[in-house]
Amino acid sequence: MQKILRLPEAAAAGAPGPDIAVITQAEFLAEPARYSTGGARVGVRVAPADRVEDLAAQLDHVALVAIEFPGPGEGRGYTYARLLRQRYGFKGEIRAVGPAVKQDLLFFMVRCGFDAFDLAPDQDLTEARQALGRFTLAYQPAVPRVAVREARFTAARERI
Amino acid sequence: MYQYDSTDQALVDQRVAEFRDQTRRYLNGELSEEDFRPLRLRNGLYIQRFAPMLRIAIPYGLLSTSQLRMLASITRRYDRSYGHFTTRQNLQLNWPKLAEVPDILADLATVQMHAIQTSGNCVRNVTSDHLAGVAADEIEDPRPYCELLRQWSTFHPEFTYLPRKFKIAVSGAPADRAATEVHDIGLHLVRNGAGDLGFEVLVGGGLGRTPMIGQVVREFLPMGDLLSYIEAILRLYNRYGRRDNIHKARIKFLVKSLGIAAFREQVEAEWQTSREFDSQLTPDQVAHARSFFQPHSYETLPNTDRLADAGPEFKAWYRYNTRAHKVSGYRIVFVSLKPVGVAPGDMSADQMDAVAQLAEEVSFGEIRVTHTQNLVLGDVRQSDLLKTWQGLRRLGLATPNIGTLTDMIVCPGLDFCSLANAGTISVAHQLQRHFDDYDYLYDIGEIELKMSGCMNACGHHHVGHIGILGVDKHGEEWYQITIGGSAREASSLGHVIGPSVPQAEVAAIIERILDVYRELRHEDERFIDTVRRVSATPFKERVYAKDLAAA
Repeated sequence: MQKILRLPEAAAAGAPGPDIAVITQAEFLAEPARYSTGGARVGVRVAPADRVEDLAAQLDHVALVAIEFPGPGEGRGYTYARLLRQRYGFKGEIRAVGPAVKQDLLFFMVRCGFDAFDLAPDQDLTEARQALGRFTLAYQPAVPRVAVREARFTAARERI
Repeated sequence: MYQYDSTDQALVDQRVAEFRDQTRRYLNGELSEEDFRPLRLRNGLYIQRFAPMLRIAIPYGLLSTSQLRMLASITRRYDRSYGHFTTRQNLQLNWPKLAEVPDILADLATVQMHAIQTSGNCVRNVTSDHLAGVAADEIEDPRPYCELLRQWSTFHPEFTYLPRKFKIAVSGAPADRAATEVHDIGLHLVRNGAGDLGFEVLVGGGLGRTPMIGQVVREFLPMGDLLSYIEAILRLYNRYGRRDNIHKARIKFLVKSLGIAAFREQVEAEWQTSREFDSQLTPDQVAHARSFFQPHSYETLPNTDRLADAGPEFKAWYRYNTRAHKVSGYRIVFVSLKPVGVAPGDMSADQMDAVAQLAEEVSFGEIRVTHTQNLVLGDVRQSDLLKTWQGLRRLGLATPNIGTLTDMIVCPGLDFCSLANAGTISVAHQLQRHFDDYDYLYDIGEIELKMSGCMNACGHHHVGHIGILGVDKHGEEWYQITIGGSAREASSLGHVIGPSVPQAEVAAIIERILDVYRELRHEDERFIDTVRRVSATPFKERVYAKDLAAA
């Protein structure tokens, strides 16, 4: 049974339904047009070794990007989420998936732009939701979120 | 020095609460060992040979007296009344109890301290020049930039699970006292042609089993771009650094495999596209950070000769354990943590309290930790030197050996560390006893001996003028000797000069090396300069010329 935790803002924006097709990035890129007929949109699964910039031109056809966290030390997905949100302007759901998606990582994931979490089987949904509130402040500019006050450094873009 | 504002304090307090909850879940069995491991490492907590080891951050090596007193109090309350200062300017506790670590962190938070990111594959404690702000050769005080880097790197959401640890060192002076060339990123404060302050950026240095010297990736980085440029480097590293082999995972391997020119191109390309959403430093932020590191209210005093009617002991201490200060009438004082019979870098709780008291009386209440495992009182009036020396001598902290052979860097080794092959502390004691004649030490002069108990090189042996590496040979401890390494003035890596030797013979081999040096040196030539002039060859030929046992 999937335990998907969504940020309130993501849930309000209309999350992809449970029956959305999720395919690998390679499958999607092999034939992107096939998945976008009649305005349909798909979910794309991004593995740590994938080049997320290859998706950039096709993001209009994508409703969900599922970024894999296969093990506790894997950190590439944090960068992929930031690039999708901030460089490529992706507005759909970015979901963390895989056995390493656990409560103690969620705060970092949120700040990189994830808004949904397919929690590992041993995780408790209520505890995970609480874990999101452990920090109310942050030094760095990142993907904006209401519950976290970005307290110090700002991006050039925000000062223009 | 820097004072936390409400944001800094709230973040540290929230971290204490988080780690308390994580520890509770681990002890309850809700968190597995595998899941707890990266979480405790992010708080500097290792599980070592006999007990956990807690590494407390001392950002860029600067301590107030209340902080040093708190460290003393913590070692009494939770440990065995001593601590160990490390080559990264941190303090390690060797005997804390896991269940009490949240309380230790809570105590630290009351004096604006923490153990955040002192371990784990993230940006570690930023280190710097222990003479920052007081050295005469300084271009600019590096500490404001260290503090800005500390804040920026704390809980950076994108770079918390890098391929491997990431160390940054900053120097503001031409004489590199922070070993910046053997860090993942080394930053040198420089001025460009227009007189603007910025950074020369080095990347890809590091020790460990494959030591490399950092290379210049950018000759001049404007101040405001410091953070965004480092983020570009880290983003490339996070994406393309190797994660399949822990021994090839540091950024130096990525830099080496691409070559510095291609690496530079990729960093510039990444930076140009990402800087708009990465952290920018404003002139106001820089000015605010600098406001905490203004010169003390020094008195106008003449330089005076303190040696005219002083005794020989004070003269020796003055010569070896003090340095010129940039302000007339003041002197920089080293507190030697290298007396005979003590593990280099160890300090008792009583000594910490007493040094805090002394710092209050004679040095504006600040204490610095050096990467060579000593302390420094940075701003002592020359008229207070005698009193300072007497105070330190009573504490056993005035051994007049700074910069000499027995002022050695030594990792904790087999006595504490689960990675070590060798009992480095025993060898340190052997060397301290063997070379206990000051006339001999002073004749040898300035020399850096650095010793590591294993390939991970925490004791910086590759960049010791003499390096000693503990190796395991069929379950026995042997030691491999290198010469010619240096981490300052054109860094270089040492050369192996012969087969490794059994523990009992280390001091004898070092003495032979020094015999060759004494024969070959020109006048006052330092050991490292002789080795550079004549190469390692004469040492190779003569140190191992005949069997030691027959010597």
